[in-house]
Amino acid sequence: MRVRFWGTRGSIGVAMTSAELRNKIAQALLQASGKTFANLQEAYTYATTELDFSLTHTFGGHTPCVEIQTGLDEYFVCDLGSGARPLGVNILARQAGRPATINVFMSHVHWDHIMGFPFFGPAYVPGTKIRIHSSHEIVESAFHLQQCAPCFPVLFEQLAANIEFVVVEPDKPFEVGGVKVTTHLQLHAGDSYGLRFEHDGKTLIYSTDSEYKLDDHKQVDEMTKFFRDADMLIFDAMYTFADAISVKADWGHSSNIVGVELAEQAKVKHLVLFHHEPANNDTALNRLLVETRRYEELTRGDHKLEITAAYDGLELEV
Amino acid sequence: MEWPAFTTIGEFLREPEQQLMLISPKLSGRTRVLSVSGRLDQDNCEAFRTELAPYLEAALSEPHHIVFDLSGLEYVSSAGLRCFMLAARQSRGPGSRIVVASLKAMVAEIFQISRFDMVLKVYPDVETAVAALESESKAGSGTRTQEQA
Repeated sequence: MRVRFWGTRGSIGVAMTSAELRNKIAQALLQASGKTFANLQEAYTYATTELDFSLTHTFGGHTPCVEIQTGLDEYFVCDLGSGARPLGVNILARQAGRPATINVFMSHVHWDHIMGFPFFGPAYVPGTKIRIHSSHEIVESAFHLQQCAPCFPVLFEQLAANIEFVVVEPDKPFEVGGVKVTTHLQLHAGDSYGLRFEHDGKTLIYSTDSEYKLDDHKQVDEMTKFFRDADMLIFDAMYTFADAISVKADWGHSSNIVGVELAEQAKVKHLVLFHHEPANNDTALNRLLVETRRYEELTRGDHKLEITAAYDGLELEV
Repeated sequence: MEWPAFTTIGEFLREPEQQLMLISPKLSGRTRVLSVSGRLDQDNCEAFRTELAPYLEAALSEPHHIVFDLSGLEYVSSAGLRCFMLAARQSRGPGSRIVVASLKAMVAEIFQISRFDMVLKVYPDVETAVAALESESKAGSGTRTQEQA
Protein backbone atom coordinates (compact mmCIF):
# COMPACT_ATOMS: atom_id res chain seq x y z
CA MET A 1 0.00 0.00 0.00
CA ARG A 2 1.03 3.59 -0.59
CA VAL A 3 -0.48 6.58 1.18
CA ARG A 4 -0.86 10.06 -0.24
CA PHE A 5 -1.90 12.91 2.04
CA TRP A 6 -4.18 15.45 0.37
CA GLY A 7 -5.26 17.21 3.57
CA THR A 8 -3.60 17.03 6.97
CA ARG A 9 -4.93 20.00 8.93
CA GLY A 10 -7.54 19.71 11.65
CA SER A 11 -10.69 21.73 12.27
CA ILE A 12 -10.36 24.38 9.59
CA GLY A 13 -8.24 25.00 6.53
CA VAL A 14 -5.29 27.40 6.75
CA ALA A 15 -2.69 28.82 4.36
CA MET A 16 0.87 29.97 4.84
CA THR A 17 0.97 33.76 5.14
CA SER A 18 2.97 36.12 2.93
CA ALA A 19 5.15 37.01 5.92
CA GLU A 20 5.99 33.34 6.49
CA LEU A 21 6.76 32.88 2.79
CA ARG A 22 9.08 35.91 2.77
CA ASN A 23 10.83 34.56 5.83
CA LYS A 24 11.47 31.22 4.11
CA ILE A 25 12.79 32.97 0.99
CA ALA A 26 15.07 35.19 3.05
CA GLN A 27 16.47 32.21 4.94
CA ALA A 28 16.93 30.27 1.71
CA LEU A 29 18.84 33.18 0.18
CA LEU A 30 21.03 33.30 3.27
CA GLN A 31 21.71 29.58 3.07
CA ALA A 32 22.58 29.89 -0.63
CA SER A 33 24.78 32.91 -0.06
CA GLY A 34 27.81 32.93 -2.40
CA LYS A 35 26.40 30.29 -4.76
CA THR A 36 25.60 30.99 -8.38
CA PHE A 37 23.15 29.13 -10.60
CA ALA A 38 23.39 29.05 -14.39
CA ASN A 39 19.69 28.42 -14.86
CA LEU A 40 16.44 27.66 -13.11
CA GLN A 41 17.07 23.91 -13.22
CA GLU A 42 20.31 24.29 -11.26
CA ALA A 43 18.57 26.46 -8.70
CA TYR A 44 15.72 23.95 -8.48
CA THR A 45 18.13 21.06 -7.97
CA TYR A 46 19.92 23.00 -5.22
CA ALA A 47 16.60 23.81 -3.51
CA THR A 48 15.53 20.18 -3.73
CA THR A 49 18.72 18.56 -2.54
CA GLU A 50 20.52 21.11 -0.37
CA LEU A 51 18.08 23.43 1.35
CA ASP A 52 16.47 22.53 4.67
CA PHE A 53 13.08 20.84 4.61
CA SER A 54 11.60 23.74 6.57
CA LEU A 55 12.53 26.18 3.77
CA THR A 56 11.35 24.12 0.81
CA HIS A 57 8.11 22.74 2.22
CA THR A 58 4.98 23.83 3.98
CA PHE A 59 2.75 21.47 5.91
CA GLY A 60 -0.18 22.90 4.03
CA GLY A 61 -3.63 23.61 5.18
CA HIS A 62 -6.25 21.35 3.62
CA THR A 63 -8.48 19.51 6.07
CA PRO A 64 -8.33 15.68 6.27
CA CYS A 65 -8.29 13.63 3.12
CA VAL A 66 -5.95 10.67 2.67
CA GLU A 67 -5.68 8.42 -0.36
CA ILE A 68 -4.59 4.80 -0.05
CA GLN A 69 -3.12 3.40 -3.24
CA THR A 70 -3.29 -0.38 -3.48
CA GLY A 71 -2.29 -1.01 -7.05
CA LEU A 72 -5.89 -1.96 -7.79
CA ASP A 73 -8.16 -0.09 -10.22
CA GLU A 74 -10.40 1.29 -7.50
CA TYR A 75 -9.61 4.32 -5.36
CA PHE A 76 -9.55 4.23 -1.55
CA VAL A 77 -9.99 7.47 0.38
CA CYS A 78 -10.21 8.32 4.08
CA ASP A 79 -12.38 11.35 4.79
CA LEU A 80 -13.42 14.13 2.44
CA GLY A 81 -12.09 17.32 4.00
CA SER A 82 -10.98 20.18 1.75
CA GLY A 83 -8.10 18.00 0.52
CA ALA A 84 -10.74 16.14 -1.50
CA ARG A 85 -10.80 19.01 -4.01
CA PRO A 86 -7.21 18.54 -5.29
CA LEU A 87 -7.66 14.77 -4.98
CA GLY A 88 -10.70 15.02 -7.26
CA VAL A 89 -8.71 17.00 -9.83
CA ASN A 90 -5.97 14.36 -9.68
CA ILE A 91 -8.43 11.48 -10.08
CA LEU A 92 -10.04 13.09 -13.12
CA ALA A 93 -6.59 13.54 -14.69
CA ARG A 94 -5.60 9.94 -13.95
CA GLN A 95 -8.88 8.59 -15.30
CA ALA A 96 -8.59 10.59 -18.56
CA GLY A 97 -12.30 10.43 -19.22
CA ARG A 98 -12.93 6.93 -17.83
CA PRO A 99 -15.43 6.81 -14.95
CA ALA A 100 -13.81 5.93 -11.63
CA THR A 101 -14.83 3.71 -8.73
CA ILE A 102 -14.04 5.48 -5.48
CA ASN A 103 -14.35 3.84 -2.06
CA VAL A 104 -14.57 6.39 0.73
CA PHE A 105 -14.21 5.58 4.44
CA MET A 106 -15.39 8.20 6.91
CA SER A 107 -13.98 8.67 10.41
CA HIS A 108 -16.98 10.87 11.23
CA VAL A 109 -18.97 13.69 9.69
CA HIS A 110 -17.72 16.81 11.42
CA TRP A 111 -17.48 19.58 8.87
CA ASP A 112 -13.71 19.55 8.43
CA HIS A 113 -14.02 15.91 7.29
CA ILE A 114 -16.80 16.39 4.72
CA MET A 115 -16.35 19.98 3.48
CA GLY A 116 -14.42 18.93 0.37
CA PHE A 117 -17.15 16.76 -1.11
CA PRO A 118 -19.16 19.57 -2.80
CA PHE A 119 -15.90 20.40 -4.66
CA PHE A 120 -14.94 16.79 -5.44
CA GLY A 121 -14.88 16.75 -9.24
CA PRO A 122 -15.66 13.02 -9.79
CA ALA A 123 -19.01 13.51 -8.01
CA TYR A 124 -20.10 15.55 -11.05
CA VAL A 125 -19.06 12.94 -13.64
CA PRO A 126 -21.76 10.54 -14.87
CA GLY A 127 -20.78 6.90 -14.53
CA THR A 128 -18.50 7.48 -11.53
CA LYS A 129 -19.25 5.16 -8.63
CA ILE A 130 -18.71 6.57 -5.14
CA ARG A 131 -19.31 4.26 -2.17
CA ILE A 132 -19.12 6.05 1.17
CA HIS A 133 -18.55 3.67 4.08
CA SER A 134 -19.13 4.71 7.67
CA SER A 135 -20.20 3.36 11.03
CA HIS A 136 -22.37 6.46 11.49
CA GLU A 137 -26.04 6.08 10.57
CA ILE A 138 -26.18 9.84 10.07
CA VAL A 139 -23.53 10.05 7.34
CA GLU A 140 -25.94 10.23 4.39
CA SER A 141 -28.05 13.03 5.86
CA ALA A 142 -24.89 14.96 6.78
CA PHE A 143 -23.71 14.88 3.15
CA HIS A 144 -27.14 16.02 1.96
CA LEU A 145 -27.36 18.73 4.60
CA GLN A 146 -24.11 20.51 3.71
CA GLN A 147 -25.34 20.96 0.13
CA CYS A 148 -28.73 22.39 1.08
CA ALA A 149 -29.62 26.03 0.49
CA PRO A 150 -28.51 28.52 1.63
CA CYS A 151 -25.11 26.91 2.26
CA PHE A 152 -24.31 25.62 -1.25
CA PRO A 153 -25.79 26.21 -4.71
CA VAL A 154 -25.72 22.58 -5.94
CA LEU A 155 -28.01 20.12 -4.20
CA PHE A 156 -26.66 16.67 -3.42
CA GLU A 157 -29.43 15.22 -5.62
CA GLN A 158 -28.00 17.10 -8.61
CA LEU A 159 -24.66 15.29 -8.48
CA ALA A 160 -24.18 13.08 -11.54
CA ALA A 161 -22.19 10.26 -9.96
CA ASN A 162 -23.75 7.09 -8.63
CA ILE A 163 -23.32 7.66 -4.89
CA GLU A 164 -24.03 4.92 -2.39
CA PHE A 165 -23.84 5.06 1.40
CA VAL A 166 -22.80 1.89 3.23
CA VAL A 167 -23.21 1.70 7.00
CA VAL A 168 -20.79 -0.82 8.50
CA GLU A 169 -20.74 -2.43 11.92
CA PRO A 170 -17.79 -1.49 14.15
CA ASP A 171 -15.21 -4.18 14.94
CA LYS A 172 -16.59 -6.41 12.18
CA PRO A 173 -14.07 -6.70 9.32
CA PHE A 174 -15.46 -6.29 5.82
CA GLU A 175 -13.83 -6.40 2.41
CA VAL A 176 -13.86 -3.74 -0.28
CA GLY A 177 -12.05 -4.26 -3.56
CA GLY A 178 -9.65 -6.77 -2.03
CA VAL A 179 -8.87 -4.64 1.05
CA LYS A 180 -9.92 -5.80 4.51
CA VAL A 181 -11.33 -2.93 6.56
CA THR A 182 -12.31 -2.71 10.23
CA THR A 183 -13.77 0.29 12.06
CA HIS A 184 -13.46 0.91 15.80
CA LEU A 185 -15.27 3.43 18.00
CA GLN A 186 -13.17 6.35 19.28
CA LEU A 187 -13.77 9.01 21.91
CA HIS A 188 -14.92 12.20 20.15
CA ALA A 189 -17.99 14.42 20.34
CA GLY A 190 -20.67 12.60 18.33
CA ASP A 191 -18.29 9.59 18.05
CA SER A 192 -15.59 8.95 15.51
CA TYR A 193 -14.21 5.68 14.16
CA GLY A 194 -10.66 4.53 13.62
CA LEU A 195 -10.07 2.63 10.39
CA ARG A 196 -7.81 -0.39 9.98
CA PHE A 197 -6.83 -1.39 6.43
CA GLU A 198 -5.13 -4.70 5.70
CA HIS A 199 -3.88 -5.55 2.24
CA ASP A 200 -1.08 -7.56 0.75
CA GLY A 201 0.45 -8.35 4.16
CA LYS A 202 0.51 -4.72 5.30
CA THR A 203 -1.62 -2.90 7.86
CA LEU A 204 -2.46 0.80 7.88
CA ILE A 205 -4.43 2.54 10.65
CA TYR A 206 -6.18 5.85 10.12
CA SER A 207 -7.06 7.15 13.59
CA THR A 208 -8.01 10.78 13.74
CA ASP A 209 -10.25 12.85 15.99
CA SER A 210 -9.75 10.62 18.99
CA GLU A 211 -9.15 11.62 22.59
CA TYR A 212 -7.57 9.42 25.25
CA LYS A 213 -8.46 9.42 28.91
CA LEU A 214 -5.35 8.11 30.57
CA ASP A 215 -7.25 6.75 33.55
CA ASP A 216 -9.50 4.73 31.24
CA HIS A 217 -7.42 1.58 30.99
CA LYS A 218 -10.12 -0.19 28.98
CA GLN A 219 -10.01 2.46 26.27
CA VAL A 220 -6.22 2.43 26.13
CA ASP A 221 -6.15 -1.38 25.99
CA GLU A 222 -8.78 -1.51 23.24
CA MET A 223 -7.04 1.10 21.09
CA THR A 224 -3.68 -0.62 21.60
CA LYS A 225 -5.28 -3.85 20.40
CA PHE A 226 -6.78 -2.05 17.38
CA PHE A 227 -3.36 -0.59 16.51
CA ARG A 228 -1.49 -3.84 17.20
CA ASP A 229 1.49 -4.53 14.87
CA ALA A 230 0.38 -1.94 12.31
CA ASP A 231 2.96 -0.97 9.72
CA MET A 232 1.72 2.61 9.83
CA LEU A 233 -0.47 4.58 12.23
CA ILE A 234 -1.88 7.94 11.11
CA PHE A 235 -2.61 9.62 14.44
CA ASP A 236 -4.40 12.72 15.71
CA ALA A 237 -1.57 14.70 17.33
CA MET A 238 -3.34 18.04 17.34
CA TYR A 239 -2.43 19.36 20.79
CA THR A 240 0.51 19.44 23.12
CA PHE A 241 0.07 16.87 25.86
CA ALA A 242 -0.35 19.56 28.53
CA ASP A 243 -3.14 21.23 26.53
CA ALA A 244 -4.83 17.92 25.70
CA ILE A 245 -5.36 17.07 29.35
CA SER A 246 -6.01 20.55 30.71
CA VAL A 247 -7.50 23.50 28.83
CA LYS A 248 -8.45 21.33 25.83
CA ALA A 249 -9.61 18.26 27.72
CA ASP A 250 -12.86 16.88 26.25
CA TRP A 251 -12.23 18.66 22.94
CA GLY A 252 -11.85 15.24 21.33
CA HIS A 253 -8.20 15.24 20.25
CA SER A 254 -4.89 13.81 21.28
CA SER A 255 -1.19 14.63 21.39
CA ASN A 256 2.18 13.55 20.03
CA ILE A 257 3.16 12.13 23.44
CA VAL A 258 0.17 9.80 23.64
CA GLY A 259 0.71 8.85 20.00
CA VAL A 260 4.25 7.69 20.73
CA GLU A 261 3.23 5.78 23.86
CA LEU A 262 0.32 3.97 22.18
CA ALA A 263 2.39 3.20 19.09
CA GLU A 264 5.18 1.80 21.25
CA GLN A 265 2.77 -0.35 23.24
CA ALA A 266 1.11 -1.63 20.06
CA LYS A 267 4.48 -2.31 18.34
CA VAL A 268 3.58 -0.02 15.45
CA LYS A 269 6.41 0.51 12.96
CA HIS A 270 5.69 4.02 11.67
CA LEU A 271 3.78 6.81 13.42
CA VAL A 272 2.48 9.67 11.28
CA LEU A 273 1.43 12.84 13.10
CA PHE A 274 -1.81 14.14 11.62
CA HIS A 275 -4.75 16.54 12.07
CA HIS A 276 -2.44 19.47 12.73
CA GLU A 277 -3.61 22.33 14.91
CA PRO A 278 -4.52 25.28 12.63
CA ALA A 279 -2.78 27.68 15.00
CA ASN A 280 0.56 25.93 14.38
CA ASN A 281 2.67 27.34 11.56
CA ASP A 282 5.46 25.41 9.81
CA THR A 283 7.99 26.37 12.48
CA ALA A 284 5.76 25.06 15.25
CA LEU A 285 5.03 21.83 13.38
CA ASN A 286 8.71 21.27 12.62
CA ARG A 287 9.45 21.71 16.30
CA LEU A 288 6.67 19.28 17.19
CA LEU A 289 8.19 16.67 14.89
CA VAL A 290 11.70 17.09 16.30
CA GLU A 291 10.39 16.87 19.87
CA THR A 292 8.26 13.82 19.10
CA ARG A 293 11.25 12.01 17.65
CA ARG A 294 13.24 12.93 20.74
CA TYR A 295 10.47 11.65 23.03
CA GLU A 296 10.51 8.35 21.13
CA GLU A 297 14.27 8.19 21.60
CA LEU A 298 13.94 8.84 25.34
CA THR A 299 11.24 6.21 25.84
CA ARG A 300 12.32 3.62 23.27
CA GLY A 301 11.86 0.03 24.30
CA ASP A 302 12.89 -2.92 22.17
CA HIS A 303 11.95 -1.47 18.81
CA LYS A 304 12.54 1.80 17.02
CA LEU A 305 9.45 3.72 15.99
CA GLU A 306 9.76 5.75 12.83
CA ILE A 307 8.00 9.13 13.09
CA THR A 308 6.84 11.45 10.33
CA ALA A 309 4.70 14.58 10.39
CA ALA A 310 2.20 14.44 7.53
CA TYR A 311 1.97 17.34 5.11
CA ASP A 312 -0.26 17.99 2.12
CA GLY A 313 1.33 16.19 -0.82
CA LEU A 314 3.38 13.73 1.22
CA GLU A 315 3.51 10.18 -0.14
CA LEU A 316 4.61 7.26 2.02
CA GLU A 317 5.05 3.57 1.36
CA VAL A 318 3.32 1.52 4.08
CA MET B 1 -2.20 17.74 62.82
CA GLU B 2 -0.35 14.48 62.34
CA TRP B 3 1.38 14.14 58.99
CA PRO B 4 1.38 10.83 57.11
CA ALA B 5 4.46 8.80 57.84
CA PHE B 6 7.21 7.87 55.37
CA THR B 7 5.53 6.08 52.46
CA THR B 8 6.87 3.62 49.92
CA ILE B 9 5.12 2.43 46.78
CA GLY B 10 7.21 -0.45 45.57
CA GLU B 11 5.04 -3.45 44.96
CA PHE B 12 3.70 -2.03 41.73
CA LEU B 13 6.89 -2.21 39.78
CA ARG B 14 8.82 -5.25 38.69
CA GLU B 15 12.34 -3.97 39.17
CA PRO B 16 13.33 -3.09 42.75
CA GLU B 17 15.50 -0.22 41.54
CA GLN B 18 12.47 1.25 39.82
CA GLN B 19 10.45 1.57 43.00
CA LEU B 20 8.48 4.72 43.36
CA MET B 21 8.89 6.50 46.67
CA LEU B 22 7.11 9.42 48.19
CA ILE B 23 8.83 10.88 51.21
CA SER B 24 7.49 13.53 53.55
CA PRO B 25 10.17 15.47 55.36
CA LYS B 26 9.32 18.17 57.86
CA LEU B 27 7.34 21.16 56.85
CA SER B 28 9.66 24.05 56.13
CA GLY B 29 7.84 27.25 57.02
CA ARG B 30 4.77 27.23 54.80
CA THR B 31 6.19 24.74 52.32
CA ARG B 32 6.25 20.94 52.32
CA VAL B 33 8.78 19.04 50.23
CA LEU B 34 7.78 15.68 48.81
CA SER B 35 10.45 13.58 47.16
CA VAL B 36 9.44 11.28 44.35
CA SER B 37 11.87 8.69 43.07
CA GLY B 38 11.89 5.77 40.66
CA ARG B 39 9.52 5.62 37.69
CA LEU B 40 6.05 7.11 37.50
CA ASP B 41 3.88 5.61 34.79
CA GLN B 42 0.62 3.86 33.97
CA ASP B 43 1.45 0.96 36.28
CA ASN B 44 1.76 2.96 39.48
CA CYS B 45 0.13 6.34 38.89
CA GLU B 46 -3.10 5.44 40.67
CA ALA B 47 -1.17 4.21 43.69
CA PHE B 48 0.87 7.40 43.62
CA ARG B 49 -2.30 9.48 43.63
CA THR B 50 -3.67 7.51 46.56
CA GLU B 51 -0.47 8.06 48.53
CA LEU B 52 -0.45 11.72 47.62
CA ALA B 53 -4.06 12.43 48.57
CA PRO B 54 -3.52 13.08 52.32
CA TYR B 55 -0.79 15.62 51.57
CA LEU B 56 -3.03 17.47 49.13
CA GLU B 57 -5.91 17.50 51.59
CA ALA B 58 -3.57 18.79 54.27
CA ALA B 59 -2.36 21.55 51.97
CA LEU B 60 -5.93 22.67 51.55
CA SER B 61 -7.06 22.40 55.16
CA GLU B 62 -4.00 24.21 56.50
CA PRO B 63 -2.79 26.11 53.43
CA HIS B 64 0.83 25.54 52.56
CA HIS B 65 2.82 25.01 49.36
CA ILE B 66 4.16 21.71 48.04
CA VAL B 67 7.49 21.27 46.29
CA PHE B 68 7.97 17.97 44.50
CA ASP B 69 11.64 17.11 44.71
CA LEU B 70 12.12 15.09 41.53
CA SER B 71 15.86 14.57 41.87
CA GLY B 72 15.25 10.84 42.25
CA LEU B 73 12.63 10.49 39.51
CA GLU B 74 14.13 8.52 36.62
CA TYR B 75 11.18 8.57 34.22
CA VAL B 76 7.67 9.94 33.99
CA SER B 77 5.12 8.88 31.37
CA SER B 78 2.01 10.73 30.20
CA ALA B 79 0.01 8.97 32.92
CA GLY B 80 2.53 10.18 35.51
CA LEU B 81 2.43 13.74 34.22
CA ARG B 82 -1.32 13.64 34.56
CA CYS B 83 -0.88 12.89 38.30
CA PHE B 84 1.03 16.14 38.73
CA MET B 85 -1.63 17.98 36.73
CA LEU B 86 -4.43 16.62 38.90
CA ALA B 87 -2.49 17.40 42.06
CA ALA B 88 -1.89 20.97 40.96
CA ARG B 89 -5.55 21.36 40.05
CA GLN B 90 -6.76 19.90 43.35
CA SER B 91 -4.60 22.02 45.58
CA ARG B 92 -4.90 25.31 43.75
CA GLY B 93 -6.03 27.47 46.61
CA PRO B 94 -4.73 30.61 48.25
CA GLY B 95 -1.36 29.85 49.77
CA SER B 96 -1.14 26.29 48.42
CA ARG B 97 0.82 26.20 45.19
CA ILE B 98 2.49 23.13 43.74
CA VAL B 99 5.84 23.36 41.98
CA VAL B 100 8.55 20.90 40.94
CA ALA B 101 12.29 21.08 41.48
CA SER B 102 15.57 19.29 40.77
CA LEU B 103 14.48 17.48 37.63
CA LYS B 104 16.90 15.01 36.11
CA ALA B 105 17.84 15.84 32.52
CA MET B 106 15.52 13.22 31.01
CA VAL B 107 12.52 14.22 33.11
CA ALA B 108 13.22 17.90 32.39
CA GLU B 109 13.14 17.10 28.67
CA ILE B 110 9.84 15.27 29.04
CA PHE B 111 8.39 18.26 30.90
CA GLN B 112 9.54 20.52 28.09
CA ILE B 113 8.34 18.31 25.21
CA SER B 114 4.93 17.83 26.81
CA ARG B 115 4.78 21.56 27.69
CA PHE B 116 4.31 20.64 31.34
CA ASP B 117 6.93 23.27 32.11
CA MET B 118 4.16 25.73 31.25
CA VAL B 119 1.71 24.06 33.60
CA LEU B 120 3.90 23.66 36.67
CA LYS B 121 6.65 26.06 37.68
CA VAL B 122 10.00 24.28 37.44
CA TYR B 123 12.86 25.25 39.78
CA PRO B 124 16.49 24.17 39.41
CA ASP B 125 16.65 22.93 43.01
CA VAL B 126 14.53 22.51 46.11
CA GLU B 127 16.17 25.33 48.04
CA THR B 128 15.38 27.85 45.31
CA ALA B 129 11.80 26.58 45.07
CA VAL B 130 11.23 26.80 48.82
CA ALA B 131 12.77 30.26 49.00
CA ALA B 132 10.58 31.50 46.13
CA LEU B 133 7.40 30.10 47.66
CA GLU B 134 8.24 31.37 51.13
CA SER B 135 8.92 34.78 49.65
CA GLU B 136 5.56 34.67 47.85
CA SER B 137 3.83 33.70 51.10
CA LYS B 138 5.37 36.61 52.96
CA ALA B 139 4.49 39.04 50.18
CA GLY B 140 0.95 37.65 50.15
CA SER B 141 0.61 38.03 53.92
CA GLY B 142 1.89 41.58 53.70
CA THR B 143 -0.59 42.48 51.01
CA ARG B 144 -3.47 41.12 53.03
CA THR B 145 -2.37 43.03 56.09
CA GLN B 146 -2.22 46.27 54.13
CA GLU B 147 -5.63 45.60 52.62
CA GLN B 148 -7.08 44.85 56.03
CA ALA B 149 -5.56 48.04 57.38
